[in-house]
Amino acid sequence: MILTRRSLIAGATAATGLLYAPVVLGQGKPKVVVIGGGAGGGTAAHYMARDSQGALDVTLVEANPVYTTCFFSNLYIGGFRDFESLQHGYDKLSAAGVAVVNDTAVAVDRAARTVTLAGGQVLPYDRLVLSPGIEFKPDSVPGWSLEAAEIMPHAYKAGPQTQLLRRMIEAMPQGGVFAMIAPPNPYRCPPGPYERVSMVAHLLKQTNPTAKIIVLDPKDKFSKQALFEEGWGKHYNGMVEWIGPEFGGGAVEVRPDSMEVLVEGTAQKVDCCNVIPAQSAGRIAAIAGLTDESGWAPVHPDSMKSRMDENVWILGDSSAQGDMPKSAFSANSQAKVAAMAIRGELTGSRVFPAKYSNTCWSLLAPDDGIKLGASYQPNGDRIASVENFISNTGEDAALRKLTYEESLGWYAGITADIFG
Amino acid sequence: MRQRKLLSALFTVAAAGATPAAAEEIGDTVHGAVLFRKECAICHRIGQDARNAVGPRLNGVFGRRAAALADFNYSRAMKRKGNDGLTWTLETLDAYIENPKALVTGTRMSYRGLADPQARADLMAYMRDHSDRPQDIPEAEPTARRNAPVLSEEVLALRGDPEFGAYLSAECTTCHQRDGSDQGIPSIAGWPQEDFVVAMHAYKQKLRPHPVMQMMAGRLSEEEIAALAAFFATLE
Repeated sequence: MILTRRSLIAGATAATGLLYAPVVLGQGKPKVVVIGGGAGGGTAAHYMARDSQGALDVTLVEANPVYTTCFFSNLYIGGFRDFESLQHGYDKLSAAGVAVVNDTAVAVDRAARTVTLAGGQVLPYDRLVLSPGIEFKPDSVPGWSLEAAEIMPHAYKAGPQTQLLRRMIEAMPQGGVFAMIAPPNPYRCPPGPYERVSMVAHLLKQTNPTAKIIVLDPKDKFSKQALFEEGWGKHYNGMVEWIGPEFGGGAVEVRPDSMEVLVEGTAQKVDCCNVIPAQSAGRIAAIAGLTDESGWAPVHPDSMKSRMDENVWILGDSSAQGDMPKSAFSANSQAKVAAMAIRGELTGSRVFPAKYSNTCWSLLAPDDGIKLGASYQPNGDRIASVENFISNTGEDAALRKLTYEESLGWYAGITADIFG
Repeated sequence: MRQRKLLSALFTVAAAGATPAAAEEIGDTVHGAVLFRKECAICHRIGQDARNAVGPRLNGVFGRRAAALADFNYSRAMKRKGNDGLTWTLETLDAYIENPKALVTGTRMSYRGLADPQARADLMAYMRDHSDRPQDIPEAEPTARRNAPVLSEEVLALRGDPEFGAYLSAECTTCHQRDGSDQGIPSIAGWPQEDFVVAMHAYKQKLRPHPVMQMMAGRLSEEEIAALAAFFATLE
């Protein structure tokens, strides 16, 4: 391990004012274990391995040998992308020096600093990064369960569920009804359900134009609402009906066996039902005892370090950090701050002030893209929004097309940033 | 339609034989100069001492083979077109300015195109003034940019810390790929430092329109912009 004390001190004083004592841990290289190979964990592993130039021993634990991105999976449902285009392997991360283990973490011993995998392997760590995404709370929609997801898919963790939902939409009878049970806040990808509605409408418009889409929503308002409603009116006039809590959208039960949705006790038969339940931090965060009563894992805003354990970082959807939405962009942004902070602690590399950002693009119809975004910085005990923007209603077609093309560029960029 | 009219006007003059087509007959050079500053000057320089910037210098562009300047790093797509024989004439340049990606798919020129044929004609008239009649090159600073920010010498002279820039760049590379790939989002790798600084301050001061970039640049300090410029200049 090479310490450049001058740069360490200069960086620390110029930056956060935190002077981390570099860890000297016997003979071996410092070990970082990262759990979850998505936008947060993949990026963190990639950056730590690349930027430490071999000074860190980085292990990435991810259940899937090939990762399917949840971001852009709505575009697969709408027929704008093939499924393979959402899939990414870990070969390049391996080549960058990350030890990739295809397994699931089942236990964390924070006192002994070890992670136990389902396959029995025990991984010691000096620093642990958890980026395990989300877990569903099935009870939030009475009548629904994870088993029922085979009949009423959530399709909110990308993979076979996404393909199942598309097959079910395609199998709907002419003039049939598609129902979405939208989730309460906070949840992964705030505009995601509504982009999905747009993509389902686009698919149905071509093959089943008399079909109906009902969105049952426990929230009185949702992300990019004016933009989505304008788009639905323009492209799918009359097809989409959004029902907020005022009209029963928040008091919904489902009966998967009879394909019924009960709104304030009144049953309606539907032909396809997409249940997106309430969510909490990925299971391993709770198993490790790093979540609070909210169900999410609180972190320090200047580093994404857990508030409950100074050797653990929590990234992305699982973290409770303040104003940032749960998105791939956010997770990727947080991962870079975390990777820098961890390298600083373990190798003495320079530490700079945390900066975060997020942009979410959504597709309404062919060549009709919209976006919103914000920049963030630590402020007191939370990450707070500094500046934000959102697309305007009534924008011209050329700008919307550019916005869509930009989103394709972003997908190419962020997947290269995550997976190498 | 307009394009055809434009070309036939040119051919008429050419057929008359004696003198090369005068710029006035292509379009309004005064309006073209305004358009150049508004539409092109963010990336391109033209006129006396013009040098390459984000885009190649445009002196003498008429009659030049695409991707012909040895000291400019063109996109692969543009080099391929040059190898295929694309030469900048009134006709090809008109098509390129109308829709860059339609003529050169994969061009790095991130410009949505100029739909109005008269505006293109005016612009080309101005550019042609800098092709075969160097005596017409104005003495005045030709790179004055309407939407360029006013930056002090101190800001322009700041020497960025590339290591700090490397950290800050992580925020850029979510969209702008480090290897210079550009699909829907332009490459920023290998930009001259001063152009980078000017561009970022233009976003910071909201002189350039893109909302994501205004947001990103908005909170960057002068030192941070200099650091990013120093880092990205090192990427090929």
